[in-house]
Amino acid sequence: MFKAAKAGAQKAITANRLDDGRVVFLDAEGGWTANLADAQFVSDGAELEAALALAQAQQDARVVVEAYAIDIVEVDGRPVPSRIRERIRAEGPTVSYGEAEYEALNGARFAPAAE
Amino acid sequence: MYRYDEFDQEFVNERVAQFRGQVERRVAGELTEDQFKPLRLMNGVYLQLHAYMLRIAIPYGTLNPAQLRMLAFIARKYDRGYGHFTTRQNLQFNWPALKDIPDILAHLASVEMHAIQTSGNCIRNVTADHFSGAARDEVADPRPYAEILRQWSSLHPEFVFLPRKFKIAVTGSERDRAAVKVHDIGLHLKRDAEGRIGFTVYVGGGLGRTPFVGHKIRDFLPEEDLLSYSEAILRVYNQFGRRDNKYKARIKILVHEAGAEEIARQVEAEWERIRHSALALPEDEIRRIQAYFALPESLTPRPAESVVLERARADDSELSAWVDQNTVPHRVSGHAIVTISLKPIGGTPGDATAEQMELIADIAERYSHGELRVSHEQNLILPHVALDDLPAVHAAFREHGLATANAGLVTDIIACPGLDYCALANARSIPVAQRISARFGDPERQREIGMLKIKISGCINACGHHHVGHIGILGVEKKGEEFYQLTLGGSGDEHATIGEIIGKGFSSEEVVDAIETLVDAYLKVRTGPEEDFLATYRRVGQAPFKEALYGAA
Repeated sequence: MFKAAKAGAQKAITANRLDDGRVVFLDAEGGWTANLADAQFVSDGAELEAALALAQAQQDARVVVEAYAIDIVEVDGRPVPSRIRERIRAEGPTVSYGEAEYEALNGARFAPAAE
Repeated sequence: MYRYDEFDQEFVNERVAQFRGQVERRVAGELTEDQFKPLRLMNGVYLQLHAYMLRIAIPYGTLNPAQLRMLAFIARKYDRGYGHFTTRQNLQFNWPALKDIPDILAHLASVEMHAIQTSGNCIRNVTADHFSGAARDEVADPRPYAEILRQWSSLHPEFVFLPRKFKIAVTGSERDRAAVKVHDIGLHLKRDAEGRIGFTVYVGGGLGRTPFVGHKIRDFLPEEDLLSYSEAILRVYNQFGRRDNKYKARIKILVHEAGAEEIARQVEAEWERIRHSALALPEDEIRRIQAYFALPESLTPRPAESVVLERARADDSELSAWVDQNTVPHRVSGHAIVTISLKPIGGTPGDATAEQMELIADIAERYSHGELRVSHEQNLILPHVALDDLPAVHAAFREHGLATANAGLVTDIIACPGLDYCALANARSIPVAQRISARFGDPERQREIGMLKIKISGCINACGHHHVGHIGILGVEKKGEEFYQLTLGGSGDEHATIGEIIGKGFSSEEVVDAIETLVDAYLKVRTGPEEDFLATYRRVGQAPFKEALYGAA
């Protein structure tokens, strides 16, 4: 759960999973979640250092790669990365792609099967 | 096209096995990420914003249907059902899992494809005119030379550790469709007074942070000297290119700092030492490679006018518009070169779904003698289509969103993946392209505007080639927001120019209106429809455009 705002910017630790490259966030149990809302939010200082140390250990254990801290702000009660780059990274491309884009542009390829 | 011999096939197979072992060792912890990263980059595996990205080499943009079907298969099985064609004639998948990549590479190897040297400080994919072999205005087919360069540059032991990446392009008509003048080495085929084939050699072109048009260092290089001379250039670069600063490590910086004359002198001096070595190309070897690229035997002349086509056009205005805009006459009578637009109105430039790829493969097999090309403008090309078959081709494409009649028009936009996908980006490029495309989507309006090449990059690395856009758009980050700078008058053709910044940039909300303002200003100032945007800009300069955007000075 997103904690009530503390003094100083809240941070989360993010990384990419080694085996499939997907974006993940360090959670409160020291594991990784794909959902930012379930991430652990830490303050600068000891909390952040401990979280980064844990992330480094996870990198050494070949669970994730390229872990780093991102700034989080609260928007409408939800945790949101403050940088647009991190928002897109957390939420996925802002454009549709593949079949979804094709259907958006051309309509569904096949009519629904008759009942 | 070139077919692997047993050595080529064995090599890619071994390379797949090698990478599979490297991935296993990485996962097992025997390789750290620092050790693994250069190894994965040598197989085109990047870590991007959301996932790994795999960049697959498509040598000088040529594909056969089996290869395109395999790309479709990989898209479906290992990715999210689509791929992205790039400004270097390659293909990118945005969502492969590392653990699957050895299998993906094995599938690719089975159709004579790979992802080698699509990243890293080495010689990258040699690109060529996408109309090669088919164009009426061709002096000589660039593909055999691109293939010779590919073989020479693949795992060249002296050049696997260059100061930075190295990009070579070859073009074969007077009209340059391969943007050779903005490559590290640009090769422009020509004939001398005796009719012998050779190249004008340009060095030090490039885009990115510090764009330059290449300098001519040799007016005529005989074809047999292609490799020895290229080797001489690479040796000079390898020795003197800067290694202290990543942003000053390309050969364009070396040429800029040392001067083109000095670089030419050094290249010529090195070349003198090696021109009569094993690198000299025997004529029979050139002919042997050329034989791979001969026109299909089944491609025979037909009547210049097709009754079938003319009848069909009379009844179908969409077909007619598509033929006018997306086809050009072939060197063989009764045929055309077809551009398959991957720029549907409002769509992501350069993307194709697995199903679209399969359809295109079928059409290429049936109607284009099994040949396909990727253009650096992120479209696909069917090089050899009979005029009689254009109605059937168009009908099939129309059903699958591939018949947008916009080749070279304002909605035929080049855009890099940008901040939606790329870890390097500062701003998004795809939504801007989509919005511009939607704004100008009306076919009649597009035809009224005429040829207008808009190119969008999401960061200064310029993968969207914005520097050589007639209108270039560069996305930057300004105070945490996406912001877009506009340049005008860029061109990648034989009269290459780097676009000039027009003035203050525009927010995401403002940029599409700004583009429309520029287009309207052009329409007002042009001498008539025969004067395209670039010609008008070159005639009148920035002033009318600046005034339209920012008001009178």
